[in-house]
This record gives sequence, C-alpha cells and structure tokens, in this order.
Amino acid sequence: MSKLKYESPIIKQINAGITSKFGELNSLKPVTHIANVSVKSLIEQYGSPLFVINEQTIRNTYQDAYHAFSTRYPNVQFAWSYKTNYIEAVCKVFHQEGSWAEVVSGFEYQKALDNGVPGDKIIFNGPDKSDFDLKIAVENNSPIHIDHFDELYSLITITEQLNKRAKVAIRVNMDTGIKPLWDRFGFNYENGQAWEAINKIIYSNNIDLIGLHTHIGTFILDPNAYRVAASKLADLAINVKNKFKHDIQYIDMGGGFASKNTLKGSYLSGTDLAPSFSDYADNITQALLNAGFSTEDLPLLILETGRALIDDAGTLLGTVLANKRSADGRRSIIMDFGVNTLFTSFWYNHIISPAQECSLYTEDTVMYGPLCMNIDVIRESINLPPLNKGDHVVVHRIGAYNMTQWMQFITLRPKVVMIDTNGKTHIIRESESKEYVSELEITPDYLNNIDL
Amino acid sequence: MKLKKNIAISESGFIFNPEIGTSFTTNSLGVAILKQLKEKTSLDKIKDSIVKNYDIDPITCEKDLDDFLRIVNQYNLLEEQS
Repeated sequence: MSKLKYESPIIKQINAGITSKFGELNSLKPVTHIANVSVKSLIEQYGSPLFVINEQTIRNTYQDAYHAFSTRYPNVQFAWSYKTNYIEAVCKVFHQEGSWAEVVSGFEYQKALDNGVPGDKIIFNGPDKSDFDLKIAVENNSPIHIDHFDELYSLITITEQLNKRAKVAIRVNMDTGIKPLWDRFGFNYENGQAWEAINKIIYSNNIDLIGLHTHIGTFILDPNAYRVAASKLADLAINVKNKFKHDIQYIDMGGGFASKNTLKGSYLSGTDLAPSFSDYADNITQALLNAGFSTEDLPLLILETGRALIDDAGTLLGTVLANKRSADGRRSIIMDFGVNTLFTSFWYNHIISPAQECSLYTEDTVMYGPLCMNIDVIRESINLPPLNKGDHVVVHRIGAYNMTQWMQFITLRPKVVMIDTNGKTHIIRESESKEYVSELEITPDYLNNIDL
Repeated sequence: MKLKKNIAISESGFIFNPEIGTSFTTNSLGVAILKQLKEKTSLDKIKDSIVKNYDIDPITCEKDLDDFLRIVNQYNLLEEQS
C-alpha cells in the first residue's frame, strides 16, 4: 500500500476581525513550472538558489509597452536601462526587439558597445562620466545627457581638444507634484537653471543640443506626474525653437514606471496599484501632442523604463534549509537565498509560492535567508503552508535590480538561466567560485608565513 | 500528554475550546494527532502510526510532532500534567 503524502501538522488560532476584500491567495498556489519547465528539474540541473529569466515574458512585456506608446504617438524609441539588468543575454533580447541602450557609467557604456549597440544608439546618462568616458562617447557620436555644469565645461574642453562636435541633451529636474523631488540630478526647471544650461550649450561652438531628458523618480504610481513632466519638457523645447530657431530632436522621459511588486508598507498589493503601460502612455503622449508642436516638428519620444519591462520575466528558485520556531511561537523558515542574493527584498514584499503540491493550511511565517546576519530577512510575515527541509519555493518578479545589485557576501552568487522561446534552457551567467572571488586579491609575501 | 476533555475536534480540522471560547484550525495530520491525544495514545505510538501511514522518516516526524505539541500546549489545549 502506498503511503500518504506527508505535510507537517500545524495548528493556528482563528482570530475574528474585520474581513478584508483585498486578501490574496497567491502564496498558496503551488508554482511547479516556469515557462513549462519544471522547477524541480531546473534545480536538479543547475542547483539552488537559481535565477531564471523567461525570454518570452521579456518579449511580450516589451511589445506591450511599445504598442501602448506607438499606437498613441508617431515616433517612439525605447532604450534599455542597463543598470536594471545588464546580463548580456538580457540586454541582447531587448536590443533584438529594437531597444537602444541607456547607460550610466563608463563600464555600462563599454558593455553596450560589446553587445553590438552602435555608438549613436547608446544614451549616456548619469553624474559619473570621466573625461576618458566623455571622449569615447564623443568619438562614437553618442547622445550625452549632461547632468551638471562641471560636466558641460569638461565636454566643451574635450570637443575643442578632439576638434569634434558632441551631441547632447540636458537632464532636467522639476516639480511634478510627487515627493521626493529628485533635484540631485540635472538642471532645475523652475529656478531657470535648465534655461541657463541651454543658453550655454546653444552659444558653445562644438556642442549640439539635440534632446531634453528627465527622469522624475522611481516606482511612480501616479501617471499624471509624467503628464506634468512631459508638458514642462515640451514647453522648454518649444521655447528653444522660438528663441533660437533650433529644433529639439527628441524628448526623453526616462524611466520610473512601477512594476507589479508590492512595496513594503503598502496596504494594497502592487498588482492593484501599478498603472498599466497605457496609463503612462496616455499621460505622456497627450501632453506632447497637445503642447503646440507642429506635426512635422513632433520630437522623437524616448523611454528608458527598466523595472516595468523586466521584473515579471525574472524568478528566483530556492530551497528550504530548515524550519524553526521563534521564542514567541511564530514559525520561521530558513532559505538558501538571502538579502545578498535577493537585494529587492529590502524594498518589496515579494510574492513567494511553494513549488510543490501543498494543502491550503497556512501559518504566519518569518522567512530568513542563510546569512549569519540579523538583517537577513526575506519576508517579515508571509502565510505559507508547511514546507519541509529540501522543499522548493518560487520568488516572483525579481528581474529588475537583483542581478546588478546582488552582493558577493558570505557566500557565492548563483547561476542565472534563461528559458528561450522554445522552452530550452541556457546558462547566461555562471555561478561564482572561490577562485573567481579571490583572483583580484594580492597578499604581500610577508603575510604568507602562517604557523598555527 | 492528553488533550483537555471538552475540546471539540471536527473532521474538517476545526477545533473549539468551549472553556474560553477560542477556536483553531488544523490540517489533516493535526486532526489525526489531536484525536489520538484525546484517546490518551502515547507519543511513541502516535509517532509510529504517522511513520507507518505517511511518507516520512522518523527523525523529521519526531521533530515536527514536538513542534506541533509545543504550539498545542501554548494554545492551552492540553491537560496540565501532574
């Protein structure tokens, strides 16, 4: 006779209270497959923890976003935000879909070149561009988005030295009605700083002002803020045209679109709160279309959204190391991935599903990572069915910022696998080894004599 | 170790303590364990029956049973031991 499937015995008190219509049962539904590939087989083949990227989801999400904008505005271009996820295979999926590259450091710039992106399709953003970086960007004809006056003066000098013209935009910060106001990047709109920068550029000899750029914040849940921002950039562009008879070729609205993750402290879940691509597109394109540009002068609309394009395509698979009981009786569970691997657990209450069949009985659980550090908490409170040592879980929507902000801390970073559109799996980043981590270290000879 | 006499256990896993009006929910294995506790079955016998009927090794079973009984005791569902 075959034995019954085992699940640990659990008991929990029923507390009468106000019922919530917002409760969701996501964490109770087992997720046994990612893009038709079983979680069990992925972990058997590639180990645990394991990052999994679903290529089809990237393409579908990109096409949804592009459709939302291109059906509302005649001239749209996306630029893939490298800092969100610069694993080469991921970048190349976006580039195959038609995305340019948007980079914020010399390192990212070189990665974009290595990925085969032509220089004039690499947008160079950010406050950290060395003279060396600027020279390469000028040589490659890349649009340089100027962040501060020091950078502008450096660029003027460099173009004189190289005797070559530079294509630039300025980054503009502004009040769009949301807090916090990101005024640390770029030139302010309201106090006239942006106009001052525009004047200097227009009257400089070797610099062509081709665009205006803003990036109003991150995880923006109010799409109307983009309408305000687009109106202000359009207003600048039209005034540049009127004053200098100079056409602004593009308006770059940056990124900041929210994904469907739930931010810590949020009462409603991210799936209920996050605006759709159409919501953002409505606000941005209407502001541009109504700004007063003549039809032939409508600037190219560039979008640098990262998080909203990649979050859904990433999942993290992990394994239960141990179950414990806290001093106050709460159940706790220790996983083989922690905040070192899943950096976004500092910001989000990630949805986490069991990866094998389970009952509907759940217990309030604290989910810890494996680090010997008190901060290593993945979820302070999550309702999970009983999970045994060795059981697997699936963490959803982790495609953005984890594979760039993860830390090599205490342990090694795991493999990243991509499931292609035919369901075939490919390692797109190997797991680290001790040798990989140690190869940059140099120990002075006199420290090599250890006699214990 | 014995469950308090007046604790009601339903097949669906609903547990009621009429003494103070508290109610609980448990899973199917929880029901099986609580029923045996009510019948004064020894812990060793409970453990043996679980290992015999379920796909589980004795060590994990003992660990989970100990954990379950600690919580049951915390919820004040066990007779005080003399």
